[in-house]
Amino acid sequence: MTSLFGSNGEYIPVTVIEAGPCTVTQIKTKANDGYDALQLGFGPKKKSRVNKPVQGHFEKSGGECYAFLREFKVDDPEAFELGQTVTLDMFTVGDKIDVSGRNKGRGFSGVTKRHGFHLGRKTHGSHNYRLPGSIGNSAWPSKVIKGKKMPGRYGNVRQTMRNLEVVDIRPELNLLLVKGAVPGPVNATIEIKKPKAAK
Amino acid sequence: MDVIKQIEKEHLRLDLEAFSPGDRVKVHVRIREGEKERVQVFQGIVIRKKNGTTDASFTVRKVSYGIGVERIFPTNSPALDKIEVVEKGSVRRSKIYYLRGLKEKAARMKLRRK
Repeated sequence: MTSLFGSNGEYIPVTVIEAGPCTVTQIKTKANDGYDALQLGFGPKKKSRVNKPVQGHFEKSGGECYAFLREFKVDDPEAFELGQTVTLDMFTVGDKIDVSGRNKGRGFSGVTKRHGFHLGRKTHGSHNYRLPGSIGNSAWPSKVIKGKKMPGRYGNVRQTMRNLEVVDIRPELNLLLVKGAVPGPVNATIEIKKPKAAK
Repeated sequence: MDVIKQIEKEHLRLDLEAFSPGDRVKVHVRIREGEKERVQVFQGIVIRKKNGTTDASFTVRKVSYGIGVERIFPTNSPALDKIEVVEKGSVRRSKIYYLRGLKEKAARMKLRRK
């Protein structure tokens, strides 16, 4: 992430995303697969690093191999053809986009980090600093209610940030500058979609 | 990361006059009110410069009717019209926060060129 200045001097936090170019590697249709979608490949990969069945799959769309494959639902898959390049031309400055990806994994985390519980008292002999406190009652219901917020694995799940604004586009470098943060660490792979309402 | 540096570079204001902590400066800020645009001047002493690219900033302190006023400006903001150095100051440290504890005259003596 970085920050830019708007035309009136306002400070805009932006994430720089390398968006495409992607290649259509497979077209899924309702008749064949039960749903309409495109499979896009991104990021070149050496052919020697790809096993033969997958090489055969890439052969159908021109033989170039890709490190990442993702499916995107489309209304009309007939408008695309195998091997076609998909670039960020479909976006304009000011558009809203949805960005999905796997967020940062935090491992086994306590309730303070995982659920935002308040901290206890640091001093005056308190030993209750990051503890969860009571998790239920005794005689009734004499069990812990399902869904009780407790420590556990946190992060490393799919997350979607909705309606992020496109601040700037650099087609020559395939860069998309999006206002705000997106899920995942630096250099993570993410998916960009148009919001449902805008479709 | 180089791409990000490149983008930040485009936003740097290299046309502004150089100044350092201890200097008395006039900062001309463009302010937009509806359709109209006017320039406001803030005069005071630079007590801090924070280095960086688009996140660089500096703090200007003045004493207005006996009350200390500090304003933080982003160094590379397009809202800055110009920066005038009225008087060069002579200080040994880069963050002269100790001015906050001084009376106006004592501060003036402190910043005098030797």
